[in-house]
Amino acid sequence: MTDATAGLHIKSISCTRGYRDLFTDLDFHLCPGQVLRVEGKNGSGKTSLLRIMAGLAQPLEGEVLWQGRKIQHVESDYLENLLFLGHRAAIKYELTPLENLCMAKSLHGSKAENGIEEALYQVGLFGFEDIPCGQLSAGQKRRVALAQLFLTRARCWILDEPYTSLDVVAVAMLENLFTQHINNGGMLVITSHQPVTLQAGEQYRLVLPKTELEALV
Amino acid sequence: MSISANNAPSSFSAFIALIKRDLMLSYRHRNELLNPLLFFVIVVTLFPLGVSPEKTLLQTMAPGVIWVAALLAAMLSLDTLFKSDYEDGTLEQMMLSPHSNALLVLAKIISHWLVTGVPIILLAPLLGLFMFMSAEGVGTLMLTLLLGTPILSLVGAIGMALTLGLNRGGMLLSLLVLPLYIPVLIFSANAVDASMAGLEIKGQLYFLGALLVLSITLAPLAAATALKISVE
Repeated sequence: MTDATAGLHIKSISCTRGYRDLFTDLDFHLCPGQVLRVEGKNGSGKTSLLRIMAGLAQPLEGEVLWQGRKIQHVESDYLENLLFLGHRAAIKYELTPLENLCMAKSLHGSKAENGIEEALYQVGLFGFEDIPCGQLSAGQKRRVALAQLFLTRARCWILDEPYTSLDVVAVAMLENLFTQHINNGGMLVITSHQPVTLQAGEQYRLVLPKTELEALV
Repeated sequence: MSISANNAPSSFSAFIALIKRDLMLSYRHRNELLNPLLFFVIVVTLFPLGVSPEKTLLQTMAPGVIWVAALLAAMLSLDTLFKSDYEDGTLEQMMLSPHSNALLVLAKIISHWLVTGVPIILLAPLLGLFMFMSAEGVGTLMLTLLLGTPILSLVGAIGMALTLGLNRGGMLLSLLVLPLYIPVLIFSANAVDASMAGLEIKGQLYFLGALLVLSITLAPLAAATALKISVE
């Protein structure tokens, strides 16, 4: 964590929910090639922190900096480099996986090298591309959302519970993808109640409501 | 950078893609679209039964009745504008898109108007005939609806965006939006009245046009900002 201007800087942010302090004075850098796992009990503010990092919510105090500048000031540059997948997967049940991904792709303006069909193949939904998402299982819907990871060029991935309702094969596939992303100089912020085993990059752990990062080997 | 170089065309393609997607979603939910339209037709057809089938009376009432029904139908249809996108997280992804939020909101409003406003305009001549309106009257009615219903969608989008996060936003929505709808109602109904009396209607149409231009330029910006607050 040396270069002060590369990557994402969470600058002394505090967050409250109602009258309860979730965390105060949280301060850390996330540089290319680093992984941050956010842990903590239910209601400890994991999702709030991730939403603040994505710029969807405002912290009570402090600010988020991208490449040394406030994310509000470099909005389009930051957003082009950001992929945020929250609890709600933004999948329309009436549309097919193909249509859903087409929309996601044009919303984010990503110029993917491999196409959407390739991404669906990667997440194991080949043959399901023309079935409305409403008829897919929970795990398959999740896979549709996660197929965006194969389409994006974003360098900073913020994923809230990506493993929810995924099977062992899909989790392994995701971990593979994460490793690749990190090795290519990407950044990853992830919350998960399941263990995450990545063979790459510098890995840190933040256990809310503590504000110290722990380095993982 | 290459990304910023082709930002403009890709913003436009996102705009088109969003309109297409919303039209496709409406097509797959076409039953829901019928409700406001049925309401529009039923309200107008009940008037001759409830008040009086007398020709001159209906003729005098027609512009006001049809416009009030159209306005209420437009308000009924607002509910579908952002709700499902808010609930399934699509709105969050829209806010996180590098494209201008106002542009994307405008795309949503346009597709909403295409599936709710346009059918009202197309049904209006039929209802005009029910109410013994003259041919010029029907023509002006369609013209005012063409200028007026987009204003209803645009202004309604601001109200909808503001009340999205609230549990019972319906009441508040009407309070917020109705006062802003009233100028449209007054000028439109008055224009139809005047044209049936054979008077000049340019003034009213210019005013409606001005309101339309104003709301096209400002409403998407306001609605996008309101959505940002609602998503938070």
